[in-house]
Amino acid sequence: MTSKSKHEWLDTTHKKAVNRFAERRDHFESSSGAELDPLYGPEDLAEWNYHEKLGYPGEYPFTRGVQPTMYRGRLWTMRQYAGFADAAESNKRYKFLLEQGQTGLSVAFDLPTQIGFDSDSEQSIGEVGKVGVAISSLEDMETLTEGIPLEQITTSMTINATAPILLAFYVAAAKKQNADLTKIGGTIQNDILKEYIARGTYIFPPRPSLRLVTDSFAWCKDNLPAWNTISISGYHMREAGCTAAQELAFTFANAIEYVEAAIEADLEFDEFAPRLAFFWACHSNFLEEVAKFRASRRVWARIATERYGSKNPRAQMLRFHTQTGGATLTAQQPLNNLVRTALQAMSAVLGGTQSLHTNSYDEALALPTEEAVELALRTQQMIGHESGVADVIDPLAGSYYIEELTDRVEKEAMAYIDRIQDLGGALTGIEQGFQQREIQESAYRLQQQTETKDRIVVGVNDFITDELEPPSIMRVDPAVEKRRVDDIRALKARRDQEAVDNSLKAIRQAASGTENMMPLLIEAGENYVTVGEICDVLRDEWGEYQEVMTL
Amino acid sequence: MNDPNTTSGSVAEGRPIRVLIAKPGLDGHDRGAKVVARALRDAGMEVVYTGIRQTPEMIAEAALQEDVQVVGLSILSGAHLGLFPRIVEELTQRKIDDVLLFAGGIIPAEDVSQVEALGFKGVFGPGTDTRDVIEFVRENAPRRV
Repeated sequence: MTSKSKHEWLDTTHKKAVNRFAERRDHFESSSGAELDPLYGPEDLAEWNYHEKLGYPGEYPFTRGVQPTMYRGRLWTMRQYAGFADAAESNKRYKFLLEQGQTGLSVAFDLPTQIGFDSDSEQSIGEVGKVGVAISSLEDMETLTEGIPLEQITTSMTINATAPILLAFYVAAAKKQNADLTKIGGTIQNDILKEYIARGTYIFPPRPSLRLVTDSFAWCKDNLPAWNTISISGYHMREAGCTAAQELAFTFANAIEYVEAAIEADLEFDEFAPRLAFFWACHSNFLEEVAKFRASRRVWARIATERYGSKNPRAQMLRFHTQTGGATLTAQQPLNNLVRTALQAMSAVLGGTQSLHTNSYDEALALPTEEAVELALRTQQMIGHESGVADVIDPLAGSYYIEELTDRVEKEAMAYIDRIQDLGGALTGIEQGFQQREIQESAYRLQQQTETKDRIVVGVNDFITDELEPPSIMRVDPAVEKRRVDDIRALKARRDQEAVDNSLKAIRQAASGTENMMPLLIEAGENYVTVGEICDVLRDEWGEYQEVMTL
Repeated sequence: MNDPNTTSGSVAEGRPIRVLIAKPGLDGHDRGAKVVARALRDAGMEVVYTGIRQTPEMIAEAALQEDVQVVGLSILSGAHLGLFPRIVEELTQRKIDDVLLFAGGIIPAEDVSQVEALGFKGVFGPGTDTRDVIEFVRENAPRRV
C-alpha cells in the first residue's frame, strides 16, 4: 500500500522513466493547447463534489444526461442528413433510409434554397440540387414528403435564413396530409448568427433576421408545440477550425443572443427554452469530446438558472444532435474515414447525444454514395446494439481524467462567454469580426501543426501509401437543373396569380411592421408563392448582409 | 513553417507576387481559402481575399482592379464545372490572359482534366500542405518587371 502523492510519483518513478526514455512528445495538449498531465488522480478532484458537478440523469445540472433512463429506454435517434437533386429523388432516398431502420429524417437543402433563390434564378446556375434538395415551392415540399406520414416521424431541416419559409411549407404539406399539428415533430436549424460567423448562408442583416427567428418561436409555441424551433449550432464553427471550448462558448453566446431577443419580444424563458435544441460536432480527440458533451449540459443548466432564473427543468436541459466531423475526413485513403467516424460516433454516444449523424467515408471526395451512407448508419447500429456502451448511463463518469477535463472545458468555455459578453454580446462580436478571427487563428494553428507533424493525420502527413483508384462517387444528374427550371416556370404559369400578388403584398407590409410573419408565410406557401419570390420582397425591404472581412 | 523571414523568395525578385483568392459559387466553406490566403501572405506575397459568394463577373473585376498575377479559386459545392468556364470567359473578356490560375476545394479526380483544360495549372484537394501551394505559386506565377 502506498500513500505517495501524484507529485511525489511524478518526481520519482515517472521522472526516472522519462529520463531513461523520453516520452513520444515534449508535451501533450488539448485542442485548446492546454498542457495535459501524464495522468490524473484523486488529488485533481480534491474540491470536486459529486452532487454539485454531476447529480443524476434527468436531474440538475444534467451532466450525466437529460433523460432518467437514457439509452436503456431508447437509443438515440439515428438521423442521416440527406437530400440531393430534386424532391422526387430525395423522397426515394428518405424512404430507403426509413426502410433501413433510420428513425428520423434530416433534410439537406441545396444552396439556392438556403439563400433564397429559386432553381430558375440566375444565381442558381450550377448549384441546383448539388449539396441538397432544391425546394422552391409547396409543390416541391409535397413531392419531398409524398408517402411519408409526417405525424409519425420527426424531420430535421438544415435551413437557416429561409427557415421560417421552409417550415411554413412543411406545415402546409402536413395540413394537406390532414395531420394534427400538435403531433408534428422536428427541428429547423434556424440559427442565423452562426451563419455570419462560419457557415455563410445568410441573406438579410442580423436585426430583421433575428425578428424572423423570434416570430417562429412565438408561432410554434402556440401552434406547433412539439417542434424544436432552433438548433443552435456549434458544428459549423468547429468545422471552420475552432477548438472544443470555443465551439461551446460561441454557441452559448449565440444562444444568449436569441434568448435576449425572445425575451425582448415578450416571450417567457421557461416557456420557449424547452424547444431550444443544440447541435455539436464530434471530432477525433475522443476523451475531450466526451468531456465537451458532458460539460455542455452543465453550462446550459447554469446559464438557464443563474442568468434567466429558470424554474422549469425542461428549460434547463440541453438536448443536442451530433454530427461526426466532416473536416476530419480525408480524401487520402478514404476507407480510413469509416474508422474515424466510428470512434467519433462512440464518443458522441458516451457523451449522451439525443441524435446522431455519422458521416460517410467518401465525403471528402463528393456527396456520399448510397453504399457509404448505409455503412455510416450501420456504424451507429453496431455501437447501439453490439458494443454495450449504451447499456449503462454515462459510463465514463468518475474517471479522474474525464471529470477533470469536463471541468476544464466548462471553465474555458465560460471564460470565453464572459469575454464575448464584455464585448457587448455575440452580435457585436460578429460585427467586429471577433469570433471569425478567433476561428481563423485556431484553423491556421491546426494547419501548421499538421504541416510540422506536431499533429499526425494518418494517410495525410504520415503513413502515406500510393493512392489506389479513387472510389466511384455520387454525381447529381446535370439534367436535374434543366428539369427544375422547366417545372418552376410551369408552376408559375398555372397558379392563381392574384393570390400570389396578395400574399406578397401582405408579406411586404408585415416586413416593415411587427405582425408575426409565420401565418402569412404558410398562406403564401398554400398559394404556391416561391421561396425566391418571398425573399426578393424581404431583400427589398430589409437589404442584404455584407460579410465582415477579417483577413 | 511559413516564416516570412526565411521565405522571402518572392520579394527577392523585386516585387511581391500579387494573388487573388476568391470563392465562387454559393457555399460558405471558407476555411481552406482563408488558410491558403494567410499562408501565401506569410510567405511574402500580397494577397487579396474576396469573401464568399462571388459571381464570375465580380471575380474577374477584382482580378483586374487588383492587378494580380495569380488567381486561386476555392469551391466546395460541386458547382465548379458550371462556374469555372464562366470565370475564365469573364477574365478573357477583360483581356486578362496571363494570370496563373489554380483551384482548391472538393474537385473530384475525374474532373481535374476538364479543369486543367480550362487553363488551370494546379488543383489542390483536401489535405494539401500549404508549402506545396506556396512553391507552386512561386514557380508558376508570371514574372513582372
